[in-house]
Amino acid sequence: MTVEDRLRARRDTGRGLLMPYVTGGIAPGWTRYLEAFAAAGADAIEVGLPFSDPTLDGVTIQRASEAALARGASTRRVLADLAEVAGLGVPLVASTYYNLVLHDGPGAFCAALRRAGVSGLIVPDLPVHEADELAGVAAAAGIDLALLASPATPDPRLGEIARRSRGFVYAVSLMGTTGERAGLAASAGELTARIRSVSDRPVLLGFGISTPDQAREARRHADGVVVGAAVMRRVLDGAGPDDVLTFLAALRRALDQE
Amino acid sequence: MRYVSPWREAAPVAGTMGEPGARGRFGDYGGRYAPESLVEACREVEEAFREAWADPGFRGDLAELLAVHAGRPTPLTPARRLSRELGVRLWLKREDLTHTGSHKINNVLGQALLAARMGRRRLIAETGAGQHGVATATAAALLGLEATVFMGERDIERQDLNVFRMRLLGAEVVPVTTGSRTLKDATSEAMRHWVGATGDSHYCVGSVIGPDPYPWMVRELQRVIGDEARAQCAAELRTGLPDHVVACVGGGSNAAGTFAGFADTPARFVGVEAEGGAGASRGRLGVLHGCRSLFLQDGDGQIVEAHSIAAGLDYPGVGPEHAHLRDLGRARYVTVTDEEAVGAALRLARTEGIVPALESAHALAWVIRAAGDGGLPAGSTVLMTLSGRGDKDISTLKELL
Repeated sequence: MTVEDRLRARRDTGRGLLMPYVTGGIAPGWTRYLEAFAAAGADAIEVGLPFSDPTLDGVTIQRASEAALARGASTRRVLADLAEVAGLGVPLVASTYYNLVLHDGPGAFCAALRRAGVSGLIVPDLPVHEADELAGVAAAAGIDLALLASPATPDPRLGEIARRSRGFVYAVSLMGTTGERAGLAASAGELTARIRSVSDRPVLLGFGISTPDQAREARRHADGVVVGAAVMRRVLDGAGPDDVLTFLAALRRALDQE
Repeated sequence: MRYVSPWREAAPVAGTMGEPGARGRFGDYGGRYAPESLVEACREVEEAFREAWADPGFRGDLAELLAVHAGRPTPLTPARRLSRELGVRLWLKREDLTHTGSHKINNVLGQALLAARMGRRRLIAETGAGQHGVATATAAALLGLEATVFMGERDIERQDLNVFRMRLLGAEVVPVTTGSRTLKDATSEAMRHWVGATGDSHYCVGSVIGPDPYPWMVRELQRVIGDEARAQCAAELRTGLPDHVVACVGGGSNAAGTFAGFADTPARFVGVEAEGGAGASRGRLGVLHGCRSLFLQDGDGQIVEAHSIAAGLDYPGVGPEHAHLRDLGRARYVTVTDEEAVGAALRLARTEGIVPALESAHALAWVIRAAGDGGLPAGSTVLMTLSGRGDKDISTLKELL
């Protein structure tokens, strides 16, 4: 089952979708966070393959990436860890920067993802007009390449992004980097409405969603949320899988209530 | 014995150093690998630059600023004593004599004028040693714009005088505390900041790197170096053209601007990189800061930090057009060590009375080496861009000598 099939099926039951993020290799035994995500009711899980120069990430994910790299994390090692996680029952979506995709070449990269049980991919510095090189290869390998849409994306281009995205459309809620914010930006609702007017693909809102209230509000606009920095701040502060499970369970309840 | 040239006998390749075309490509390199939130901003910069560059009014305004503020044209200086010692005819294109002391001002005045034309009120810039930051702060003050300059915490410690110069000129200097806390991280942080400020701010990239249209736009704004030098060579040189055109390469803006003036000639291009920052010589294909080019990477694809005594060459990659010129064989890229560069700086000081920036000293170090080992046949005419003056490096040199 593809990421998109899974997300569409869940969405169509009226469920608000939850995709938490963890930086791969952040701590010894880091895949236990994935089990916590699954137990909290995640519908998909985003695993960051750490890169030395995360140009679209705010300070929390930058620090998480640095910490993971300092522990010796690499694409190869993170994927090897993922390959050992069995029976999660939740689709895995890798996210990383295009340099790491080009390093072994898109074909070898996607094949490695597939072998590790990953079925989706997000590359924030690969906009739709540069995506040809990867999109076909990813599709052939059974990897859903999800594209990002931004509040600055003009309409005709937004249509192209929604059409060519696979899995879901990643709606960037605001003009900024990843990281927690005090409230949900007004641009989040406007962007989601524009995407929905041209596509019925699942829309996940990301960037800045960090509290149950924000998740509830995001759910009014989108099919679900991506939660990254709010998880990683807790992990960097020492939260274990159980603490993260408690936090995500609260988000899950908020999504279910809305 | 017949002299065998180490050079591929390539005539100028038709169409090189022209416009990169709709997809911003130089061969396989370049492109616009920007986060979606910056794609529209890049498109706006491209559209505005294309329009401005075709507008005689804009070109006239820029030419005037370059003349009355930056002090152009810069002279072409024969290095007479050094030439006699080396057995070649060496001419120096004197970018060190521009206002603010390096070629960086050429690019910045153009982008600041463009920003004002686009209705932007603020310039964002990254800087390593501070030269581009000082140039940006200068242009911002001149045109009544604000300037925010991102600089790695480690560079701030090493270059406190330039930090003060920027602040004196009214710029805000923002320390970057993540990653290696040097130029590559300052560039990442400037891009992150621009994502949240595209409406009122222009990102003034300092070299021929970044997403399309920057590599092309910055080369066009720096081609004044090559165009002037071409005309000066025609007037001054017995042969009318140099045999070799040499410049140092970090990201590669002074080299790109110099080469552009000679793209349609048989002159041979040499880009000189720092041993510890040799993107064109030792980089591999990658994507960083918005463009596809050659970058120094480890075995896992992580970007490796560059190390050079010349902070301006401390970038772990090279502009996409240089990667393309390398593949075509149109330009050759070589490396010199910190030690060779320092030796060259000293030699220029003592033979010609010019203290060059350590970046520019890299280009000279190759000329000295090549004149000694046959890489430059005796009697060759060499045009070398002296990209900046050495004042900023005096304390470094003082510690070493």
